[in-house]
Amino acid sequence: MMQLHFLSLAPFAAKANTALERAWVGGGVLEPHGPVGAGNAQILINAVAIMLMIVVPTVLATLAFAWWFRASNKRAIYRPDWAYSGRLELIVWGIPLLVILFLSGVTWIGSHDQDPARPLAGETKPVEIQVVSLDWKWLFIYPEQGVASVNEVALPTDRPAHFSVTSATVMNMFYVPQLGSMIAAMNGMVTQLHLKADRPGGYYGQSAQFSGAGFSDMHFLLRALAPESFAQWTAEARKSKATLDEGAYLALARERAASPTRLYGSIDRALFENVATRRLSSEGGIAGGQAQTME
Amino acid sequence: MTATATVTLPRAPGLHATAEAPGHGEGGPASTLVIVAYGFWIFLISDIVMFSAFFAAHAVLQTATDGGPTGRELFDLRRVAIETACLLLSSFTCGLSALAAEARRVTWTQAALFVTGLLGVAFLFLEMHEFAAMIAAGAGPQRSAFLSSFFALVGCHGAHVSVGLLWLGTMMAQLYVKGFRADIQRRLLCFNMFWHMLDIVWVAIFTLVYLVGVAR
Amino acid sequence: MFGKLTIDAIPWDQPIPLVAGAVVGLGLLAVLAWVVLKGHFPYLWREWITSVDHKRIGVMYLLLGLVMLLRGFIDAIMMRSQQAVAFQAPGYLPPHHYDQIFSAHGTIMIFFAAMPIIIGLMNFVVPLQLGVRDVAFPTLNSVGFWLTATGALLVNISLVVGEFAQTGWLPYPPLSELPFSPGVGVDYYIWALLISGVGTLMTGVNFVTTILKVRAPGMSYMRMSMFCWTALASNLLIVAAFPLLTATLIMLALDRYLGFHFFGNEAGGNMALFVNLIWAWGHPEVYILVLPSFGIFSEVISTFSGKPLFGYRSMVIATLGICIISFIVWLHHFFTMGAGADVNAVFGIATSVIAIVTGVKVFNWLFTMYGGRIRYDTPMLWSLGFLLTFVIGGMTGVLLAVPPADFQLHNSLFLVAHFHNTIIGGVVFAAFAGVVYWFPKAFGFRLHEGWGKAAFWCTFVGFYVTFLPLYAAGLLGMTRRLQHYEVAEWRPWVLAATVGVAISAVAMFCQIAQLVVSIRDRAALRDETGDPWDGRSLEWATASPPPVFNFAFLPDVKGEEPYWAIKQRAIETQHLAAAGEYRAIEMPKNSATGFVTALFATVTGFGLIWHIWWMVGLGLVLAYVGFVVFAWRDEDEYAIPASEVRRIDGERRRAREEWLRRRASAGEVG
Repeated sequence: MMQLHFLSLAPFAAKANTALERAWVGGGVLEPHGPVGAGNAQILINAVAIMLMIVVPTVLATLAFAWWFRASNKRAIYRPDWAYSGRLELIVWGIPLLVILFLSGVTWIGSHDQDPARPLAGETKPVEIQVVSLDWKWLFIYPEQGVASVNEVALPTDRPAHFSVTSATVMNMFYVPQLGSMIAAMNGMVTQLHLKADRPGGYYGQSAQFSGAGFSDMHFLLRALAPESFAQWTAEARKSKATLDEGAYLALARERAASPTRLYGSIDRALFENVATRRLSSEGGIAGGQAQTME
Repeated sequence: MTATATVTLPRAPGLHATAEAPGHGEGGPASTLVIVAYGFWIFLISDIVMFSAFFAAHAVLQTATDGGPTGRELFDLRRVAIETACLLLSSFTCGLSALAAEARRVTWTQAALFVTGLLGVAFLFLEMHEFAAMIAAGAGPQRSAFLSSFFALVGCHGAHVSVGLLWLGTMMAQLYVKGFRADIQRRLLCFNMFWHMLDIVWVAIFTLVYLVGVAR
Repeated sequence: MFGKLTIDAIPWDQPIPLVAGAVVGLGLLAVLAWVVLKGHFPYLWREWITSVDHKRIGVMYLLLGLVMLLRGFIDAIMMRSQQAVAFQAPGYLPPHHYDQIFSAHGTIMIFFAAMPIIIGLMNFVVPLQLGVRDVAFPTLNSVGFWLTATGALLVNISLVVGEFAQTGWLPYPPLSELPFSPGVGVDYYIWALLISGVGTLMTGVNFVTTILKVRAPGMSYMRMSMFCWTALASNLLIVAAFPLLTATLIMLALDRYLGFHFFGNEAGGNMALFVNLIWAWGHPEVYILVLPSFGIFSEVISTFSGKPLFGYRSMVIATLGICIISFIVWLHHFFTMGAGADVNAVFGIATSVIAIVTGVKVFNWLFTMYGGRIRYDTPMLWSLGFLLTFVIGGMTGVLLAVPPADFQLHNSLFLVAHFHNTIIGGVVFAAFAGVVYWFPKAFGFRLHEGWGKAAFWCTFVGFYVTFLPLYAAGLLGMTRRLQHYEVAEWRPWVLAATVGVAISAVAMFCQIAQLVVSIRDRAALRDETGDPWDGRSLEWATASPPPVFNFAFLPDVKGEEPYWAIKQRAIETQHLAAAGEYRAIEMPKNSATGFVTALFATVTGFGLIWHIWWMVGLGLVLAYVGFVVFAWRDEDEYAIPASEVRRIDGERRRAREEWLRRRASAGEVG
């Protein structure tokens, strides 16, 4: 992957203040740390290259014509009646057509390869993580490990992660820029995302869909951990006395200010399903509901 | 730019052309009648686009009954048939009024318009009765997304019919006071087009909402 | 009695809106007082407020749009300055205020700045270029303008009475539903847009009818100017797309007012339905804005290159192609909502196809310049700036149209930079080019060149200094609409963008200076002949400003660029074509209908927002009464006697003959 680190403008960047930020690996979209991000970035760069093949000559021609045919340039030939050329029309329609045809191929193949719902290549079974966006925090539930966390999510680096995402309230967008694609979090629906981290590190995650007054506080930390460290993290989480049952969930939902990171040692395994099907609303109470699964 | 109201002049070149203009660019500006009718058609197209948004919402939400009543349980096809008959018949009488207007027969025009209005009122009465019954049975628009889309779509059509009836009444009053002036003739033509369009939208409604809803 | 409205609706505890509101309110009162005390009100009422003349209405639209552009830009200054100071700090604008500002910024810029400016230019120019006296429905035109003004008024009132929406410029549910937006903000948004949307739809109907049915004799479709073609395409889009906005906002209103469940989280509501419907309108909307902008550049580039537009037929096909394709791309605004690879790919490909037809236009403009003798007056500078800037914006758009790229850049500052790139480079540059180009036609004197060029350069540089850093920040992962942020990497770029905004503020100052200095020096800048730029289309055949009836005789059109042919003939024969027999001309009478309708619409809208039901009823009843009063009138036209027409046209002919004489004696050939 190309290093476009200069974008980070390291000498001008402000000092990282908190331990949280010091944990963040920087670089953004063009310095991905996972295969999904790498795939997306490659397609982006390919598309830029394809487009520049047209844009650069066009910009140069614009500047050249604008300068050469200025009225004060007596050497330029004035062709006041030249308003049509069949051959030029063919080129003018043809070249963009061919380029876009090519780009369409990239689009079709890329959209399928990089479909967020598509499992990543390889046989290892992904870690299942359920994600609920609340006002204004992220809840991560590990159904297999039986733990949960707020505003912090851990992944092992030897396996992909499969995220099932929903929202307790308004639309949000689960996004870790350095690992890969974003996916919408919508109430009453479950969207799917697959990600993998190449190497250990701390990554900045956020919501990419404006969701109200506390939106700017909705960032979270994604910890990519070596397999042993991930096991350690899970064990630590299990030690927590907090239980994520319906009462704890509703209490969490009611907190409006920025929520500190916390871990839950045990979970109600039906909670995510109830939230996703609107049986459990964040205002409390059970209601009848139908979930719609988004592919 | 002051008005000189006292001088009466022969029909002078103004915005719109004389009757010879064929209505295409080549001959110059079209006649006022062509312009008004064409403009109203464009407006009707925009109105159909608006209805199609409500149809689209209904298509998406028609299964979102939230465990509540479905179309099959609620829709009374007999009442719908009578509503349809009223509206179709009113389109017919509206057409009759157009013929009478062309023949400059004031009484027949007013009579046909009146019957059109009566049939429109009958349609609205039946529809409001249906709405009231559904609301009383707990199947109002607040019950589910399906019912929201139903009330909005059918209600939008009903609102158009109501505005149409208000327009009809106003036209009848204008006709009574001013007679068959050119601009009143044009407005009657526009009303005709509007009323027929509402009829076509109703055909779409009873097919896609009621018939499909009951068959589901 | 007053619904939800109480004295606490005024933001007594928030100094910024309170002071801003007070300043604006006092300013308006001062202007009103000056108008009334100096006795200008009858003139204003007779010549402007009740005017149904497309030229007057066009100028009023432009005035509204340019003032709102300033208001929207002030919002932008606040947004950028907040982000500049809010790195790991709260900044000076708390979330509930900041969120209103970015929502108001987008709403005002699209609906009350860009739309009125473009519609204003179309209003002024299209009937003149078609060689006719006015649009198909002049009174409807006035109503459309005043309803747009109502919408703008309501949005601005929300600054001091209540609040504005805190949802972004498109109020996605469930955030915009009652549980999450219980205040009146979203209601201000809904009613302002529903009311002005009716006005815009009227414009659409009016201009489609005018362009298709009201043209000078001999003007077949392929002899219309390019601006008229793009105006046609834009208005067809208005007719086909605005009803979708109307319907969707009505559905949201039904949810909020009557407890319906279209989009909310209960009882089967579907937020994705809103997103689809609103963008089915939203994408055509940007082409409604950019197509006439392309038309303006076609006019300006050909005029200032001294050549006809290259590839006219191709341009027409490309315009209609853009018009149609713009309806099948809407999903690219939400690739990340999980529609699946097939759907995403199809819409991505459809979006790229627009790049083909737009590319054709760019090349045809370049070939128009090729072989020309280009004069770099201010409008041509704006056109050059457009060609360079829009191409970049279009490129980033095609990049975003590839779903995998969008999966990382959706809703980031990269996206924000892209759409500002195309809207500023396309629409705003076109607005200024068009205003400078047609200003002499409207007012009889040109704008000051020096200030105009300064405004261009400051805008051009300011744009790049603001938005290139935002592209970078987006690539570093920064999302949009952040009231404060924590990531150190983003800071340098955010600060750089703030410098750009300062440069753009200087540009705004240059624009205002241009206007003030031009009015002061108008005698020196006078346009004597009506053709200051050696124009090629029919509007330049009239005097500056044109008489109310535009043309004493509707021109007999014999080919493309009809005025160019007329002018060449006059130069060859050294005299004007003989005037025919002057006849009296009937023009439509003024009408207060537009103003009155809008007045009652404002009352109704305000009542709906604050749940003052008696006010709503009263407003609707009075609007109906006003409509009936208008419909009852017996005289809808007045006549301008032949002698008056002869006198006015005589002045125009004398000025042109004088120009011919001076040209001949200066020894100019051909």
